[in-house]
Amino acid sequence: MGKGKTTKVSENSSLIKNLKAMGILWALILICIIAAIISPNFLRPANMVNVVRSVSLNGIIAMGMTFVVLTGGVDLSVGSTVGVAAVSAAIMMQKGLNPVVTVAASLLIGVVLGLINGIGVTVGKLAPFIMTLGTMTALRGVARYIANGSPQNWRDSGIDFSFLGQGSILGVPVPVYIFLAVFAVAFYVLKYTEFGRSVYALGDSREAARLCGINTKKVETLCFVITGFLSALSAIIFISRLGIGQPEAGEGYELDALAMVYIGGASTAGGSGSVAGTLIGACLISVINNILNLMGISPFIQKVIQGVIIILAVLLERRTKKNK
Amino acid sequence: MLKMNHISKSFPGVKALDDISISVEKGEIHALVGENGAGKSTLMKILSGAYSLDSGEILLDGEKIENTSPGKMIEKGIAVIYQELMLLPHRTVAENIFLGRYPKTRMGKIDYKKMEQDAKAVLEELKLDLDARAVVEDLSVAKRQMVEIAKAMSRNAKIVVLDEPTAVLGDSELEGLFDIVKRLASEGVTFIYISHRLKEIFELCTNLTIMKDGRLVESGPAEQYTTELLVSKMVGRDVKDIYPKRTRNMGEVVLSVRGMTRKGVIENINFDLHKGEILGIAGLAGAGRSEILRAVIGADPIDEGTVELEGKAVNFKNVKEGILAGLGIVPEERKAEGLMLQQNMIFNMTVPALRKYKNRFGRLTPGKEAEVTRKYIETFHIRPGSPHTITNFMSGGNQQKVVLSKWIAADCKILLVDEPTRGVDVGAKEEIYEILNQLIEKGLSIIMVSSELPELLGTCDRIMVMNEGRQTGLFDIDECSEETLMTFATN
Repeated sequence: MGKGKTTKVSENSSLIKNLKAMGILWALILICIIAAIISPNFLRPANMVNVVRSVSLNGIIAMGMTFVVLTGGVDLSVGSTVGVAAVSAAIMMQKGLNPVVTVAASLLIGVVLGLINGIGVTVGKLAPFIMTLGTMTALRGVARYIANGSPQNWRDSGIDFSFLGQGSILGVPVPVYIFLAVFAVAFYVLKYTEFGRSVYALGDSREAARLCGINTKKVETLCFVITGFLSALSAIIFISRLGIGQPEAGEGYELDALAMVYIGGASTAGGSGSVAGTLIGACLISVINNILNLMGISPFIQKVIQGVIIILAVLLERRTKKNK
Repeated sequence: MLKMNHISKSFPGVKALDDISISVEKGEIHALVGENGAGKSTLMKILSGAYSLDSGEILLDGEKIENTSPGKMIEKGIAVIYQELMLLPHRTVAENIFLGRYPKTRMGKIDYKKMEQDAKAVLEELKLDLDARAVVEDLSVAKRQMVEIAKAMSRNAKIVVLDEPTAVLGDSELEGLFDIVKRLASEGVTFIYISHRLKEIFELCTNLTIMKDGRLVESGPAEQYTTELLVSKMVGRDVKDIYPKRTRNMGEVVLSVRGMTRKGVIENINFDLHKGEILGIAGLAGAGRSEILRAVIGADPIDEGTVELEGKAVNFKNVKEGILAGLGIVPEERKAEGLMLQQNMIFNMTVPALRKYKNRFGRLTPGKEAEVTRKYIETFHIRPGSPHTITNFMSGGNQQKVVLSKWIAADCKILLVDEPTRGVDVGAKEEIYEILNQLIEKGLSIIMVSSELPELLGTCDRIMVMNEGRQTGLFDIDECSEETLMTFATN
């Protein structure tokens, strides 16, 4: 359980000051320095953009996952939600639906799926792990069923829907902007709104939160709705980038997102963590993968290293907390 | 029999124990008293082997014990029973007693039959009224303590440390525990007893050792002390009456409860609460005292009955409605229910009324939050004084001041407090009573549940007595005595 948490609600603590408290930030900086030494290509702007772009899809989900983890829960169904949203969006476009309507409808699907998880956890009193394990399995089935098991190509419809996934502004890909915007909103919500405060309160002690007048069921449900919504957002970018919506879209995203959240210093018990940490966690994973790519190391080995990093990061985090 | 000589122990930045020496004889019930943070628990953790010592020695029957560890100390016959009992809730009494040393058959299978028989034998020998097959989860706290004692005795414990065993017990359960302790002591078992309830110490203990700020104040036979003397030695100053005086000034009725019933929990509760009144609720643990508070504020639903707030009927569907109507609750379990322990003081002080700290765009204003927090830190002398202090690292008394402050900051008019001074040291207790008095003077009304009768008698205007979910009496303070309250609570 959490000791010496550095969760912050201080009046003068800027983002930078918060980050200073995290050992993981120093790990990121260190790895960037090493990366720059190993490969001169690393610091090139194009490569830096690539680093952020490659995590933007699961990074968006990880921002939502941070909310759920802060309440002490977990959402395993995000990857399958991506699958359902991606396939349905692609099919809608095949049928010639307006892209704006398609996007709105897909986001709504994400919200509804999140709501189902939330209701299962709060009203059905199911452990989040169990509830979302169930929906994870079921929704993957749904995605395969409505796509008839095969990738749905939307390009034939003649609609130009490539901007969200493939476009770029000032040389920076659009998904990066979306990712950073989601981060900024999540950061603001957790830090400066009553809802954000309630999320931390709930994760710290459910009963204490309830006795402070917090509607714990509502707050917890909303956290699942947020992950559902962001999963669908991620799915839209996914199909825009790939030109197809396949039923396997988003497979494994739940674990990637969780890795980012936990590397970012969140506690599995809830109440401690931040989206800033998650952002660093996401960057850390991406930088390491990037440098291994630049060095031409096998993707299989990359997985091994990523796993080791998760364990090391959490050990490091615990040490820095203890030393306070 | 046990001697701990010149024990010192430091943690980074703190000298927790400074040259403490204590000597305990066989069959003695030795009280260890001192305020929170005096070092009692640290000393006992050294005795149990949980902490190593920096310097000093432990002698057991004249033999020096080197390289202490929990396993070794258990072997040497030292058992520590902590306030948070170390039992497996889903296992039976027998399994808990023999945990870690289950009897086995020749095939290596656990011999449940033998274990149960052995457990029965232990319980019988100790004359404990316990079923060896009962699951611990289903037992009362008092019975669980008996399991711990049985576990210790079955390991042939010679010295048993009881760390605040009575904080969670009602008075009749207390008697039961005391009987067992006295009986075992007369059979030669040595007890070291830690408690904040001084009355018990005089009732139970033969000798006592007083600690303050990690140092030894003095040791001596209990009969040489009075409560006043003991308290003054503990806090290092004279405390004649720890209940500060105030003028009674009850105004109009602010809260009126009629026929309040929650099936199987409380039945037909009737009372009025006046402006500027402290209404006490007495009773044994489990008599439904906390449940009244929870029902009033809307934490638990009411099956029957009415609640009127300033003449208007109310029916709170959740705590939020209760809070918005001006109620606040200081729960019994401060750590689990009163505070968000991973968060700092600012977070905890503002969380019940965040609406007050929003600007017109709905954004919280951390500057204002910190300002309000600082105000209460100053008013109530909360230590450490930084609003960024994580509440987990604060002493019990200061934590409780944070919980009280948060309701005042939320403009609470009726405060429901449940065991406000449990696990709080004597000095901080006094400060908490002072705070309650200040609130009363400001025109708040308070309902206070407490297991400590002197506390109720010392602070309340009227006292209601509960017994098994029913209200058995409501007395003006002038017509109350501990005896009356006890009679109506046990009946």
